[in-house]
Amino acid sequence: MDNLGIVFGLLGAALATFLAGTGSAIGVGKAGVAASGVLAEDPSKFGKVLIFQLLPATQGIYGLLVAFLILSKIGVLGGDPNISATKGLLYLAASLPIAFAGLFSAIHQGNCSVAGIGTISKKPDQFGKAILLPAMVETYAILALLISMLAVFNIPGLNL
Amino acid sequence: MKKDYTYAVARIRSRELSLLSRKDIDNLLGARSYEECIQYLSDKGFGGDDSNQDASEMLSAEREKIWSLMAELTDDLSPFDVFRFNDDFHNLKVSVKAVTRDVNPTGMFMKNGTMDGEKIYEAIKAHSYSVLPQHLRQPAQEAMTALLQTGDGQLCDIIIDRACLEAMRSKAKESGSDVIELYAELTAASADIKTAVRCEKTGKSLDFILRALAPCDTLNVDMLAKAASKSLDDIYGYLSGTSYATAVDALKISPTEFEKWCDNKLIDSIKPQKSEPFKIGPLAAYIIARENEIKAVRLILSAKLNDLNSAAINERLRDMYV
Repeated sequence: MDNLGIVFGLLGAALATFLAGTGSAIGVGKAGVAASGVLAEDPSKFGKVLIFQLLPATQGIYGLLVAFLILSKIGVLGGDPNISATKGLLYLAASLPIAFAGLFSAIHQGNCSVAGIGTISKKPDQFGKAILLPAMVETYAILALLISMLAVFNIPGLNL
Repeated sequence: MKKDYTYAVARIRSRELSLLSRKDIDNLLGARSYEECIQYLSDKGFGGDDSNQDASEMLSAEREKIWSLMAELTDDLSPFDVFRFNDDFHNLKVSVKAVTRDVNPTGMFMKNGTMDGEKIYEAIKAHSYSVLPQHLRQPAQEAMTALLQTGDGQLCDIIIDRACLEAMRSKAKESGSDVIELYAELTAASADIKTAVRCEKTGKSLDFILRALAPCDTLNVDMLAKAASKSLDDIYGYLSGTSYATAVDALKISPTEFEKWCDNKLIDSIKPQKSEPFKIGPLAAYIIARENEIKAVRLILSAKLNDLNSAAINERLRDMYV
């Protein structure tokens, strides 16, 4: 049980990827279903609905980014893999904001994108306004990413 | 697991663009002739491939389009059976009367029921009631017995009409959709009110009225029946204390005005479905909107065919969904 630090660190990286990625998959999937419905009636709207579909994809990318950072800090991608259990737990804690905020924000952004797709299918000229609404959900994923990154960058400097 | 209608609703949103708006209705009203109306509707995509369709064929094709679209959008049409029961019970009425009067019912059946009209006729003819779907079985037996024993066509009609309203309400409750439940409730309540007024005018007995009225949540049918057995003012008085209080003025003008009030109330109640992205509501609202549109077009076309003036038609037209 000497290597608990790396176990916790890896668990953090896995959570960030898994939960944020799951949220994005659900969100992109839902928006994709609605986009297909619109395209079945009007294929000319492909470009517009694709943007709506891609909006919830970013949380998965944020999770991946945080996971990469954690993997490099705990030495899985090279360097010294000997970190303390406390630091490992700190990396695990650092992954939680993007893991959970990513999961829930991507699902709700997907729902919001579906509604936006409905709006532009009837009023294509309202694309600008319709895209702003699901984009607002992104704010909370960005805030979570910011906290996760700040934590991951500053953990190595802590005297523990 | 609750069914997800995201794909279907997205397609319906695009389809809503081709629903007739008030402007289209005004254009139809302003058309100089029946032929010009048909041409306008044809340009709007009404009717089938045949360019020489008359109004009845065109509107029949439009009703079929609604159901072929719904079949495309969802693999289970049963939540929409409420909208198809009217055709089923119409076909049942035709079949029962055709069998007892020994006439050929071909051409009299409606096409969009849950069971083919010819099959209903065959089942009634062979007295094989078990072949019929659950909602038609008992009313079919009851109506046949009543017609054979009494020869009273009106009694047969009230048995079938009441069974239709009961079946609609019970199926609507199963659907779990607010819009479908509202549709069934409003249909039953408006039918009850119209029946009560008609019974009062023709001096029917309380027993007959009670037998004719279908139960519904927004009306106390016992009180309505008692009022109908007394006078029109009693009916108005009873309705004034219900959610149909605003309908009393329309009812005083004419039954047609009351029907218009009911249709407008329904259209007004389904408008929030325009912003619902996931549930069955927008599909049900689309069916109601299309039926409303077909009703409006039928009214305009028959008026144009009979050279009625636009102002008279305009008064009878309902609000549109879009």
